[in-house]
Amino acid sequence: MELLRNWFQAAILVLTNASWSFPFTRSLYQGPLKVLCSPGLNCYSCPAATVACPIGALQQLLLSIRMTLANGQFYIGFYIIGSMGFLGAIFGRMVCGWACPFGFMQELLHKIPSPKFGVPRPLRFVKYALLALTVVILPLVVINDFGMGLPWFCKFICPAGTLEAGLPMLFLQPDLRQIIGTLFWSKFTILVAFLVWSVLASRPFCRTTCPLGAWYALFKKAKMVRLTLDEAKCVHCQECHTVCPMGVKFDESPDDGECITCLRCLNQSCRFGAIGLEVGGLPVQAGDIRIKKTPRP
Amino acid sequence: MAKELPQIPGNKLPLILISFFIVLFCIGVFTDEPSRVLEQSWQICLSCIGIG
Repeated sequence: MELLRNWFQAAILVLTNASWSFPFTRSLYQGPLKVLCSPGLNCYSCPAATVACPIGALQQLLLSIRMTLANGQFYIGFYIIGSMGFLGAIFGRMVCGWACPFGFMQELLHKIPSPKFGVPRPLRFVKYALLALTVVILPLVVINDFGMGLPWFCKFICPAGTLEAGLPMLFLQPDLRQIIGTLFWSKFTILVAFLVWSVLASRPFCRTTCPLGAWYALFKKAKMVRLTLDEAKCVHCQECHTVCPMGVKFDESPDDGECITCLRCLNQSCRFGAIGLEVGGLPVQAGDIRIKKTPRP
Repeated sequence: MAKELPQIPGNKLPLILISFFIVLFCIGVFTDEPSRVLEQSWQICLSCIGIG
C-alpha cells in the first residue's frame, strides 16, 4: 500500500507539473487547465505547473476584492473555497498524504539517512494562525493607496513557491537575477531551513506551516474517508505511534487533525485489527487480525 | 430550559458539507470567478515568488 501511495504521489506530481515546454518557451503554461485548483500545495508560477494553487489563487482574489467589487465583479473566492471544501469534506488531510507534491518531496528528503527528530506538538497550531492571518486577514485588511493588498503567505513565507517558481524563473530568465534582494534571500533561507528540517524530521512544513493542510485539518471530524479505531480490539501497544509520519498517537486521538490517512498504521503496525478504513460510514478495509486481544489480568 | 440541538449523524455531516461546497463552487462559477483565476494564473507575480 505504501508503494501504491508513493506511485500515486509521483503521478500527481507529474500531472500537476506536466508542462515541460518551458525550457523552450521560458515562460508559464497558459492553457485552460490552469482554471482547476491543485489538490495540494503546488505553486502556479512554477513554469511546469498545469493547475492553479488554491492558496495562491485565494489570496489573489482576496487582495483585489475592493477593486473587483467596485467594478461590479463578485470575485469573493467562492469558486476556490468550494473546490477546497469539496476535497476537504471527502478526503480531509488524505490529500496531504496522497496528492501534495510538496509533501511528497518532504517524504523523499526524510529518507536520507541522518539522525531523526520529532516536531514539537504545539507548533502544529502555527499553521492555523498562518491560514487565518497570512491567507485571509492580512491580504484583506492591509491595503495600499489603490486598495490592493499583498499575498502575504506567497510573498513572505511559501517555500514551495521559492523552490518551484522563484529558482526556476531565475534560471530561465537570467535578467531577473539583477533584481533579487532581501525578500528573495529571506525566502530562500526559509526554503533551505525546511529542506534541512525535512531530512531531520518527518513532514515539518505540513505539520507546522502549511495553510492548506490547516484547512483540510478542519474536516477531521467531518470527512467521508477516515480511519477508525475499534477500542475493543486496541491494546494500546503504541505501535501505531512509531510508524506515523505526522506524529499522531492514533489510539489516543483517532480524529486527530494531523492524520493524513497514509494508512501506514493500518497496514504496517496494528497486529490486533483495531484500525479500519471507512468511506461515508461504511467500512471498506478492516485491519488484519494477526494477534487477538487477550483480557488483561 | 434550553432545547438541545438535534445531533447530525457522523456519516451525514460530510454529505451536507459536500453539498454546501458544491453550491459555493457553483456560485463561484456563476459569478465568473474561474476566468479571473485563469487570468491570474497565466501571469507571473514576481514579488509573490520572492523576486523583485
